[in-house]
Amino acid sequence: MSARLSRLVTSSFLHFTLIAIALVWLVPTVGLFVTSWRPRPDIFGSGWWMAFATLRFTAENYLEVLTSQGLSRNFFNSFAITIPGTALPVLIGALAAYGFAWLKFPGRDWVFLIVVGLLVIPIQMTFVPALQLANGLKLTRSLLAIWMAHTAYGLPFSIFLLRNFFAALPRDLIEAAKMDGASDLSVFWRIVLPLSVPAIASLTIFQYLWVWNDLLTALIFVQDPNLLPMTVSIAKLLSTYGTEWHLLSAASFILMFVPLIIFFSLQRYFVQGILAGSVK
Amino acid sequence: MTSSRNNLLNWLFVLPSLALLGFFVVYPTLWTIRMSFDTGLGLRLKKFVGLENYIRLLTRDQFFLDLSKFPPTGALVNNVIWLLLFTSLTVSLGLIIAVLADRVRYEAVVKAVVFLPMAISFTAAGIIWLFVYSPDANTGLLNAAITAIDPAWKSVAWVGRVETVTYSVILAAVWMWVGFATVVLSAALKSIPQEITEAARVDGATEWSIFWRITLPMLSSPIAVLTTTMVINVLKVFDLIYIMTRGGPRGASRVIAYTMYTETFEAGKGGYGSAVAVIMLLLIVPVMIMNLRRFRAEEAER
Repeated sequence: MSARLSRLVTSSFLHFTLIAIALVWLVPTVGLFVTSWRPRPDIFGSGWWMAFATLRFTAENYLEVLTSQGLSRNFFNSFAITIPGTALPVLIGALAAYGFAWLKFPGRDWVFLIVVGLLVIPIQMTFVPALQLANGLKLTRSLLAIWMAHTAYGLPFSIFLLRNFFAALPRDLIEAAKMDGASDLSVFWRIVLPLSVPAIASLTIFQYLWVWNDLLTALIFVQDPNLLPMTVSIAKLLSTYGTEWHLLSAASFILMFVPLIIFFSLQRYFVQGILAGSVK
Repeated sequence: MTSSRNNLLNWLFVLPSLALLGFFVVYPTLWTIRMSFDTGLGLRLKKFVGLENYIRLLTRDQFFLDLSKFPPTGALVNNVIWLLLFTSLTVSLGLIIAVLADRVRYEAVVKAVVFLPMAISFTAAGIIWLFVYSPDANTGLLNAAITAIDPAWKSVAWVGRVETVTYSVILAAVWMWVGFATVVLSAALKSIPQEITEAARVDGATEWSIFWRITLPMLSSPIAVLTTTMVINVLKVFDLIYIMTRGGPRGASRVIAYTMYTETFEAGKGGYGSAVAVIMLLLIVPVMIMNLRRFRAEEAER
């Protein structure tokens, strides 16, 4: 009887702890979400947890931040930065990864070792000279500079992850294709890439979120105010309207919209990408 | 086609990557090291000053390292606080959640909830936590919650005070990264063979001693890898500081990466900022060497 009782106490303690943890993790986000749908006077009149008593909700905050604050333009800029900023490092990195995994050329192993070393270099080490170079070539007038920066900063991880995946593919398959006279490019395109879809999906999601959520690189390499991504324009919004929560909360959720969709629809790949990315 | 010509053609696969890495990473890294010995005013090489930047950073810059007070303050000290608190809290909370969630049927839900903040940006997370920390008890959840327990509580501006700001920002970062630790450790936990723990249970071991004597020792290698990742994260932390505090109040929440940004791009002191970046690099070199060793050991097993 007492053993049963102690088991009951232990298990209710377990459930209590886990539910408490889940609540602590959820409540801050929920609070800002509820706030983003409340009229401005209500936000300053009572806490968001009182919103369920008043039940007054509005989409006004979202409209204001998208139109008069111009966040809709930044929303499109974020896509314009993120899509090439993801596709380029994945594609260029995949080519290199194939080279490092399956081709022979002088110095291959040493060069790859340098790439592994570059995985953890703080990008701060590169900012000033890279920016001078990009300015000198007039790349910062368009999005070219940030595309190249995200490609270069994403490449070591992209090459590292894909090279390890490619190297684990069965040797017979690749050699048989070459015996049949397939060129390296077609082995890469027709055999290696299709077999590596899971790894490429994880990498793409990881890199996509990395670039979408990036603030620091965009602060440095995007200089045209019309081309700023959402992260930078929200940081500016924050320093202008530090406590205008109706704007800040709506802006945050517009920024989180894409990552949350990815999280809920592709969680499995996302988790794999994150796990593989633990060295970055 | 001769085989050596073939070898040269093979280079073409890696050439685009190497060109970009050279252009944007390797060459700039060397240039930054050179610039750290220069005033670098206007972000160009102006005047060679030897070790002057480093000496000033470590001895005369109260925002970087101030040893005259006790406890010492400055960005470097803040990074040490980050290192100790962020790393130990994320790893230990991740372990606790992974072990506890392993015993319930709604494990996937708990892990998803804790992991969710990993998907969002530091920008959004910073705003979420600024809102929680708001000194206005009508909007700030934390002050409101304490007031509900203790009605005499006077609201605290958590990120507006020198004493609390660093700890407040660290907690927001912990909230973001515990999910990562949970997922990594949970995956490792599932790979421990059940027979071992079952056998211990049959022999009458308590859950407590199973955890300390079996689970924890068998997780030691994933915990070590995870800790390394968290250490790298700590050294790179920037966005959260930029969003939540801009290094303030009165420089109290500055960290190394933030100092590099503000000295270089806000104060225009290219040489000084470069010296900060080189210090970051030096702190990361041991991790880099560990990674390379681990990589070569794994390659040798192939």
